[in-house]
Amino acid sequence: MNSSAAFKTPQAVRVENVTRHYPMGEGLIRAVDGISLAIEPGEFVALLGQSGSGKSTLLNLLAGLDRPTSGSVVVHGRDLAKMSSEELARYRRNDVGMVFQAFHLIPSMTITENVELPMRFAEVERTERAQRSRESLERVGLGKRMEHRPSQLSGGEQQRVSLARALANRPALLLADEPTGNLDSRTGEDILNLIRDISLSLGMTVVMVTHERALAERFAQRLVFLADGKLVSEEVRA
Amino acid sequence: MTGYDLLELAVRNLRQSKLRNGLTTVGISVGVASLVAMLSLGVGLQQLATRRLAGSGMFDTVFVTSRQDFRGFDKEDDQKAPQPEKSPVLDEAARVKMSQLKNVTEVEPEIRVMGEIVSGGETHFGFVTGLPMSARENEAFDTLTGKFFSSDNADEAILLQDFAKELNPKNPSELIGREISLRYGERQALSQDSGDRPQALGGETNSSGGAANGDDFGFSVVRRVQKLRVVGLVDSEPYGGMRTVSRGRIFLPVGTTERLNMAQFTDMRSSLRGASGKTYMTLTVRVKDPAKVSAVQDAINQMGYRTFSVLDATKSLRRFFTVLDLFLGIFGSLALAVATLAIINTLVMAVLERRREIGVMKAIGASDSDVKKLFFTEAGAMGFFGGLLGIALGFAIGKAINIGTGIYLKQHQLPPEPVWIMPVWLIGAAIAFSIVVSLLAGLYPASRAAKLDPVQTLKYE
Repeated sequence: MNSSAAFKTPQAVRVENVTRHYPMGEGLIRAVDGISLAIEPGEFVALLGQSGSGKSTLLNLLAGLDRPTSGSVVVHGRDLAKMSSEELARYRRNDVGMVFQAFHLIPSMTITENVELPMRFAEVERTERAQRSRESLERVGLGKRMEHRPSQLSGGEQQRVSLARALANRPALLLADEPTGNLDSRTGEDILNLIRDISLSLGMTVVMVTHERALAERFAQRLVFLADGKLVSEEVRA
Repeated sequence: MTGYDLLELAVRNLRQSKLRNGLTTVGISVGVASLVAMLSLGVGLQQLATRRLAGSGMFDTVFVTSRQDFRGFDKEDDQKAPQPEKSPVLDEAARVKMSQLKNVTEVEPEIRVMGEIVSGGETHFGFVTGLPMSARENEAFDTLTGKFFSSDNADEAILLQDFAKELNPKNPSELIGREISLRYGERQALSQDSGDRPQALGGETNSSGGAANGDDFGFSVVRRVQKLRVVGLVDSEPYGGMRTVSRGRIFLPVGTTERLNMAQFTDMRSSLRGASGKTYMTLTVRVKDPAKVSAVQDAINQMGYRTFSVLDATKSLRRFFTVLDLFLGIFGSLALAVATLAIINTLVMAVLERRREIGVMKAIGASDSDVKKLFFTEAGAMGFFGGLLGIALGFAIGKAINIGTGIYLKQHQLPPEPVWIMPVWLIGAAIAFSIVVSLLAGLYPASRAAKLDPVQTLKYE
């Protein structure tokens, strides 16, 4: 363990000198270029930056969807860089929930089926699956629309379903990639309120990528600014 | 993911693009149907051939000859046997011994002699053969007019329909119950000391001391007439015309022919033997069950005799059908091979279309193997449903073939016969084969889906 860690409790996320480079023709794209970051359990962190700043790449590294070129990404004491792809899948299934800008619901499935999908991968038993998906959907205020298809819902409602799905396996870490990007400002605020409330009531760590500074300032406890794959500055809110 | 969940997801995915997956499934079913139709045709033809042979009543019969006489059907077999001069003769003792073998029901000589029926001042020539009582079960007697022999020793005759027409062109069935006179040659054995013994040259007759009881010391042929009652008329020759005793026009119980001592051509050979007692050229051994034929054959071979059974002949027949089935199978598989390409195509399309969905599934916790299994299951499900449909389609094709050949046979005044038979094993095998082939076809698309990079697929466009 890093002796410089001054905290008693283990950090939820510790990113150390992580890089992610892509070959592009002759050259190399340094999407993430040596970022170190520590996030406490229960913290709500916003990653901000222009497009191409590396914030989404960093989020994908935290999600275990991508692997760093170098450095380590330690979540709850486990280094994602050292996991097999099978272990990463298990990590994504049990430890993280993800919310996307484009919602990424499966259009052919009902809302309930969408929320149940991660539990299918986790081999959660059928009756428990039904109960947990109902709980999740009630938590996001969609308890009455369980048999609807995503196309029958508004954008905000779809994002709530996406959130309910992210919560299905009760993860300790919620990753949100521009969750309000496809929503009008009021609906976006509603979603972030929901995320914050859930984070507080469940003690869940939240990392959100956004380019809307105003929203980030309202909801996040800490703002992390990225540019050209590097961490530029941090701002802690009250 | 559990198997049930996999199946549920796979089926729901297949239902998403009903037309495309439906067409692919129909493609598989056409492949399976052609395979099934071809193989069933092979099975049907084989059963048809076997049925013909079995109906001939030859399958449960072993023909026994002495190695001293002639040569056998199988030259190799003759060569590995003991020298002919040291082989035993087929005599009464051998006949008794064979009849005591396990599973043997009858041991009868094959008797076929010339005879003449005297009727209304005309004489009608015909071969007379002796039939065992077991001939009753032969298919030729299925359409018997009248009755079969009352006993193995009765003075009764069954006539071939054609011969009966010769005797009574207007109404052959009138002959049933009537008496006919059969003129035949009786073999009268000469004993060594009998007065009518012809003068032998030199000391030859004296040296054949083994014929002391005189039976086959020599014989003369004497014309006899025997009254026989016609009990039945038979349409076709028994044993499919394939045995010596089939080729006759007048059939008597074999016991009667023996009792009457009818002279046969082969008696000449017997008289040369100089052995004691009566000998036979051929004995026909009937076995309880065709499956036991080869065991009985072995036992008789052990006794030093030469044997032949239709089983030997069917070996090459079976080899022929194995090759035929193989070729039919290969032709039938061609359509299935095309269907395999259709599966690959459909699934590759599905992978392309569902890139985003696959990415989402991975992002929310599906492993590479989950994705792979899902596509495999989809391929397998298409194979299963294609197999089921193919069986139904193949069945319909087969029915059509049977109806078609039935009409054709009827036009040629032949009884209808199924040439297309779908055995149960083929149904199971076809579905299993269809699934296996589909899974193989799913290998490439499934691994392609599993390798998709979720980051790329989830990029917001």
